[in-house]
Parts: sequence; C-alpha cells; structure tokens
Amino acid sequence: MTYFADVGALARKDLLLELRARDTLPAMLLFVVSTLVVFHFVLPAGSSDLAATGLLWVALLFTALLGLSRSFAAEREQGVIDGLVLAPSDRSAIWLGKALSILAFLALAELIALPAYGLFFKPVGAALVAGVVLADVGIAAVGTLLAAMATASRARELLLPLLFLPLAIPIVIGGVGASVAGDPGRYLGLLGLYDALFAIICWASFEYVVTE
Amino acid sequence: MAAAIALIFFYAPLDQDGLNQKIFYFHVPIALTAYASFGWGGWKALRHLWKRDENADLESYVAIHLGVIFGLLTLVTGSIWAKYRWGHWWVWSEDQLVLFLVLFLFYCAYFMLRYSLPPGPQRANMSAVYALFGVVLIPVSILAIRLSERFIHPVAFDRGGPNMAGSQFLTFCVCVVAWFAVAATLYQLELAGKRLDIRLRELREALQE
Amino acid sequence: MIHARGVEKRYGDKRILRGVDLDVGTDDFVLVTGPNGSGKTTLLRLCAGLAAPTRGELIVAVERGRLGYLAHEPLVYRELTALENLDLYGRLYRVPERRERSGMLLERFGLWDARHARAASFSRGMLQRLALCRTLLHEPSLLLLDEPYSGLDDEGVNLLDRELAERAARATFVVATHEPERLEPLASARLALA
Repeated sequence: MTYFADVGALARKDLLLELRARDTLPAMLLFVVSTLVVFHFVLPAGSSDLAATGLLWVALLFTALLGLSRSFAAEREQGVIDGLVLAPSDRSAIWLGKALSILAFLALAELIALPAYGLFFKPVGAALVAGVVLADVGIAAVGTLLAAMATASRARELLLPLLFLPLAIPIVIGGVGASVAGDPGRYLGLLGLYDALFAIICWASFEYVVTE
Repeated sequence: MAAAIALIFFYAPLDQDGLNQKIFYFHVPIALTAYASFGWGGWKALRHLWKRDENADLESYVAIHLGVIFGLLTLVTGSIWAKYRWGHWWVWSEDQLVLFLVLFLFYCAYFMLRYSLPPGPQRANMSAVYALFGVVLIPVSILAIRLSERFIHPVAFDRGGPNMAGSQFLTFCVCVVAWFAVAATLYQLELAGKRLDIRLRELREALQE
Repeated sequence: MIHARGVEKRYGDKRILRGVDLDVGTDDFVLVTGPNGSGKTTLLRLCAGLAAPTRGELIVAVERGRLGYLAHEPLVYRELTALENLDLYGRLYRVPERRERSGMLLERFGLWDARHARAASFSRGMLQRLALCRTLLHEPSLLLLDEPYSGLDDEGVNLLDRELAERAARATFVVATHEPERLEPLASARLALA
C-alpha cells in the first residue's frame, strides 16, 4: 500500500537525518543518564525504591520532551513542511512517519536508561519494561502532534511542555502503576487504552494541524 | 439571567444541613457545568473541523473559556469543602478535585496555544484539535486517577458523598439547572461581546479603506 | 484551472491581498507582478493550497499530485544529498522510474556532479536549481513559481530559460516575478498586484 510506503519513506528520512546530524539522540542519552545521577543526590537516605521508580518516569518523560522539541526542527528551520504538505500523500503519513522515528529514538534512549537505572538504583522488572514500551507509543503519538502544533507558534520551546504535560499524566500514572503495583495488568490496560484512543485521534486530526 | 439568580436565592433557604452541605450544592453543579462547557467546546471544535462552520471557532473558544472559569470555581469550592470535611485545603484522595486540576492545566495550555498564534484559520484548526483532545482526556483521566489511588495513598478518608433525601435531591437538581442557566447566559453574553468586537474591528478597517 | 473571485487574505490585522480576481486556463502562462509586499507570494501559496483565503472564492481544479510549487525556500533537507532529496519527493509524488528521472533532471540543471553532496554544501544558486528539479520531478500540469530566477547565476538563468521555453506549451504556469520583461515573450496574461 502506498500509504505505508509513504510512512516508511518519511520515517527513513528522519532516521537518516539524525544519523547525519547526530544531535538529538546523543543529547537524549546524555540527558537521561545525567538526570538519573542527579536523582541519586535528590533522594534522601532511606527513600523507598518506589520513589526512585517514580523519578525514573520523570526522567523518561523529560528526555522524551527533549527529543520531541527537536522533532520538527528540520522541517521548521528549512520550511520543508510545506513541501511535505503539498505532496499527494496523506498528511497523516507525516505524523506516523515522524512518530515512528521518535519511537525509535525513545527506544534507543531507554536501552541505555533502563540498564543505567538498574545499575544506580534497583533492577528493572518485566512489568516496568512493558509499561515503558506502551508509554513510549503514547508519548510518540501525542508528542509528535503537539510538537507540530508548537512548531507553528512563536513560543515553541515553552509551548510544547505546557501542552504535553497534562496529557502525559495518564501515561505516567499507567507507567508508574505498572512498575510498582501488585497487579500491573490494570495499568498496562490503561496505557493500552490511552495509546489506542489517542493514536486514533492524532491520526485523524493531524491533517488539520498542518493545513489551513 | 434574572431567572437564574432568582432560582439561586430561592433554593438557599431550603438547605437544612451545615455549611458542608451547602458548599456541595455549589460544588457539584459547578463541576457539571464545567464538564458541559468543555463538552460543548469540544462539540463546536468538531463542527469547525468537520463542517467548516464559520462561527464554531469563536463558540468553541468562549465555551472553553467559561469551562476554565467554572473549573477554577470547582477547584475553589472543592477546596473549601475539603477544608470543612477533612481539615485540609487540598486532598489528593478526592478524585473530582484531582481531575479538575489536570483539566484546568490542560485548558490553560489551550489558552497559551491560542495566544501564541496569530488569529486565522491555522489557530482555529489547532485550537479545535486540542479541544477535542480535551474531550478524550476527560474519561481517560478519570480512569487513570481512579487507578492512581491504589498506589499513591492508602485510602484513609471516608469518601462517601452526601446521601440525598428527596427534598435535598430536588434542591440539587434545581441548583444544577440554575448553574447551567448562569453558564448559558454568560456564554451568550461573552459570545455577543466578542462578535461585537469583531464587527467593530471590521467596520474600522472598512472605514480606513 | 484556477478561478479566483474577490480573494482576500489577512494575517492577523494585516491585509495582504484584497479583492483579487484571476482566471487561469489550461496552458496559460500568467505573470504576477507587483512590488515587494504586494502579496505575490501569498497569492501563490493560496493557489498551492498551503493557505486558505480569508474571504472570496478560490478554486484550483488540479489535484495535489499534478501541482508543482517553487517557493522562496528551496524546500529541501540540508542534511540530505541532492539525490536523496529527490528520491524522497519522488516517492511521495509516486514518480515512476524516479531514479532515472531524478538523474535526468539533475543533469539538465547541471547538478549531476553534485548529486551525492549534501544540500547544506550547495550555494544559493545550486539550491535554487535543486528546488527547480524538485518542482519539475513529477511532471506537474500546473506550475506555480515564486521568483524562479532568484539566486541563479548566468548559466542557471540559461538553463531555466530553456526549461520554461520547452514546457510553456504543455503546462500551465503562474509565475510571480518582479522582472517580468524576461518572461514577456512566453506570457499569455498578466496580473498586477498593487
């Protein structure tokens, strides 16, 4: 299907750009590890493991924001978004391609972050990893659309966190819940529901975000 | 408007219980009104995107503006209620309050979005999409917050809401209707005011030609 | 192909276009002239579908895949090579034999030797030529060109002259320029914006 060919071409383009520029992903990796180190000093002695888990999610969230704020940088700085919007391909393919590349960046960042967390604090369980995977999907979906919105405005660096954080609250609840609760299933279910609902609404409404 | 205010003063004497209960008659109807405003804003947003309804953008904006005001009132009345009931100005165990905090933040960001874009079809489109996200966020947040209870706080507070006898229930319904009427009136007022502003601006520009 | 009546475009409080009427038929070659800030770029953006008119009627009876738009910016990714950029657009526009066509266009615009170089290393003139390749890649039937000669050196100007002369008969053109004399011989109509 040409739709998925378009998505593939766009995602490939984003990964290629990052491979050439090598700015976003290294920044994300450094940021998340630095944050984890800071957290070691932030937690008073005798803090529970649970607090550390919560902080991990904070770290992941802000690392994601870092990546998302750069996600439309190339399109914005060079005005290329017009070129993509003019193409006969479905505009939602732009969103999906970009979201997939963000997902890849998040996954790579977590490939470093989770072992680091395991090293600094406590080992990571399967439920946490599952939570992270599901959360990533939600973050990538919603974050990409919001990043596109923020790009259009003057106050883009300020706007993206403001738009994103309220929407990230259910993700955080789901993720932390899956990491610490006795029955992670419910929380993974919440994440799955969030992902499904918001992916659909992002897919359907992206067209309106980039056109007049 | 006069009818709404009359209604509000009419039902007040019917209350028999303490201040605690009285606040409840404000708090929940105001909350419901806020939900309704956000829902209406979302509906108008959908009409803007789907049917290219010209007026819908402004209507959506006004509805959400009202929703935020009522949301703030919900938080304030809720806080007062919490103070009387549990002795704290804020309690995380009260789902409604937490939900409104999240929604309040979300819709404040709506205004940040709106003010950072120049007026035009792009701003209208983005506002509408964001408003629709809000509508989806509400049920998801309700579920999420309810789930978050289980690992954040051991539930130590007695959370039963007030049970309502017949006369109280009637009072409650009257309150809901009254607050909806207030909201609807404010909505029409603000909408008319904004439309007047736009008309004035258009006339001024036509004169400059 | 294009029908515009009373088109108005406003950004915030500034009114850029006012009461524009335009009719472009198949194989027309329309020159849009006017001083800086008169709205030439805005008009082309409206015709391309990148913006919607604030008021008035605008119908462009061409599907997106048959429309070519040359903007002020080259609309290419700086970190991708010329060939990679054209490959991306070729995929998005479903260009048949895109590799061959990309190569052919790069050659026609004198960029063949630079095909594996990143666009970031291109001069202004080379970027403009690459942008022209991008615009022509999918053989559009309606071409909206915004100052196509800007940034081109003498050789680039000649190459563009040749392309336009060849295509003028078999495609519709709307060209915004502040040097209309150059394209006068090809033009079938003019629109002057205040």
